[in-house]
Amino acid sequence: MVELTFDPAEARAEEKQRDSRRASLGRLILTDRFFKNFTRAAALLVLALLFGVILTLVEGSIPALKQFGISFFWTEEWNPVKERFGALAPIYGTVVTSIIAMLVAVPVGLGIAIFLTELCPQALRRPVGIAIELLAGIPSIIYGIWGLFVFAPFLQRYVQPAIIDTLGNIPGIGALFAGPPYGIGVLTAGLILGIMVLPFIASITRDVFETVPPVLKESAYGLGATTWEVVWKVVLPYTRAGVIGGVMLALGRALGETMAVTFVIGNAHRISASVLQPGTTISAAIANEFVEALQALHTSSLTALGLVLFIITFFVLACARLLLASLNKRAGG
Amino acid sequence: MANFAVNAAADSLSNAKPKMDIKDVSFFYNDNKALKNITLPLYEQRVTALIGPSGCGKSTLLRILNRIYELYPGQRAEGVITLDGENILDPKLDANLLRSKVGMVFQKPTPFPMTIYDNIAFGVRLYMKPSRGEMDEIVESSLTRTALWNEVKDRLHTSALGLSGGQQQRLCIARTVAIKPEVVLFDEPTSALDPISTAKIEELIDELKRDFTIVIVTHNMQQAARVADQTAFMYLGDLIEAGPTTSMFSNPKDNRTLDYITGRFG
Repeated sequence: MVELTFDPAEARAEEKQRDSRRASLGRLILTDRFFKNFTRAAALLVLALLFGVILTLVEGSIPALKQFGISFFWTEEWNPVKERFGALAPIYGTVVTSIIAMLVAVPVGLGIAIFLTELCPQALRRPVGIAIELLAGIPSIIYGIWGLFVFAPFLQRYVQPAIIDTLGNIPGIGALFAGPPYGIGVLTAGLILGIMVLPFIASITRDVFETVPPVLKESAYGLGATTWEVVWKVVLPYTRAGVIGGVMLALGRALGETMAVTFVIGNAHRISASVLQPGTTISAAIANEFVEALQALHTSSLTALGLVLFIITFFVLACARLLLASLNKRAGG
Repeated sequence: MANFAVNAAADSLSNAKPKMDIKDVSFFYNDNKALKNITLPLYEQRVTALIGPSGCGKSTLLRILNRIYELYPGQRAEGVITLDGENILDPKLDANLLRSKVGMVFQKPTPFPMTIYDNIAFGVRLYMKPSRGEMDEIVESSLTRTALWNEVKDRLHTSALGLSGGQQQRLCIARTVAIKPEVVLFDEPTSALDPISTAKIEELIDELKRDFTIVIVTHNMQQAARVADQTAFMYLGDLIEAGPTTSMFSNPKDNRTLDYITGRFG
């Protein structure tokens, strides 16, 4: 259709409307561009920080690595007086305390989550849930104090003697539980860590268990499955990504936890076969010694320890990814 | 469609014998009475359709039949439901055992997050310990029964989540019949499916009724007319009327039934 009449006033009005639309579009485009750049900058900041941290750690550890070479990583000796440093004892302590922590926290945490989502009476659900979140909120220094003044003496008096008398006498694994009951030590630190990461595992897995569609559980129950079978065969496979994520987050926290461990591990730079003996972890060693490290080599060795912790954490995350990928492949999804 | 017409023509309930008997059953959500004194026989080798507007209690009634409601606190049933003469509402009767006899297929397909093969093997393993060869046979025969075997036989060991909606629903039916139940409950089994998949499921139900007592909840009255031998109309927690499908649809006794099936409400 062709306009037959031409009204200049109408044409002007139309032109004006178009102009104002153009102007507001221009503004919107500007906002859009700003927003895009802002989010990109935020994302890049993470990368920049990560590389900054790696760079600093690597640079700081160069003197120690030059002095001791690659053998730094498997030398047990740590002697500030003779200026001879090796990372093996703290690495060993970090790994063993984290393993103990996960041995305690994973089954108990999953148990709590399963109980809360599948079995718990409605009335108990909220109180227990809140208690778990409160447990997660307790600062680690409190765990440290409690561990040193309450938990360690309790272990020393009642638990460790019993362990030494029973498990300590079994050939083979007896060496793991030998020696005098100090109260503090690798086992105590591992148990404290376990208690600390427990609420993480419990609350994350509970949240992911709640994402399972009720009808999926009903159809498993509808086939006549018991709660145990429903949880193992349906709920856990359905939520495996979230559960592994939660466990890895907890493991990451256990590997890096400093304060509570420093209080109860004994801070001895040595590797004992027995988990009842004092030891140290990477983060505990750094926290204890950084202020007192006078020689450059000592400081550099501590920085190198930090680098090792960084690598371990990275390695754990990578393993989690691989595990998840292989699980997905096996499930055919 | 020919066989449906034959079904509908004969008074297919006259020589049927009741498999389950719902006697004076009421149901409560906390203090809310959702079902009021329902009495209804369910016949062996026959399909019973439960129809009625949303919220009338038809799904609730279905969920009593395998006691799946027990999973949720605050829900309880009163009255007697017998399966071969035994009261299934008796708390002493093991619910898991009951569910092995009364299988259920849900509104949305609910494949388990595992392979197609394992979806079927999962239920079977709850009750027996078949050898690998026997299990292969059970898997093949139940997939064949649900007309799924040819579509999935080359990918039995891939995830069931990769199947289409209609295939997933037939897998869920296969999974249910694999454990050889006596009664199969369908809760709006085709409401999430396209017309072709729906036709396949309806054919399947017609096929399955040779061996099972079937109860189907449906929103679709044509579906009830096509598949059911007996139809029960429910409204606001009451069972208004029940009878042979043909007479229900051609000659309903209650005005509310007439209004519903002629589409005046619902």
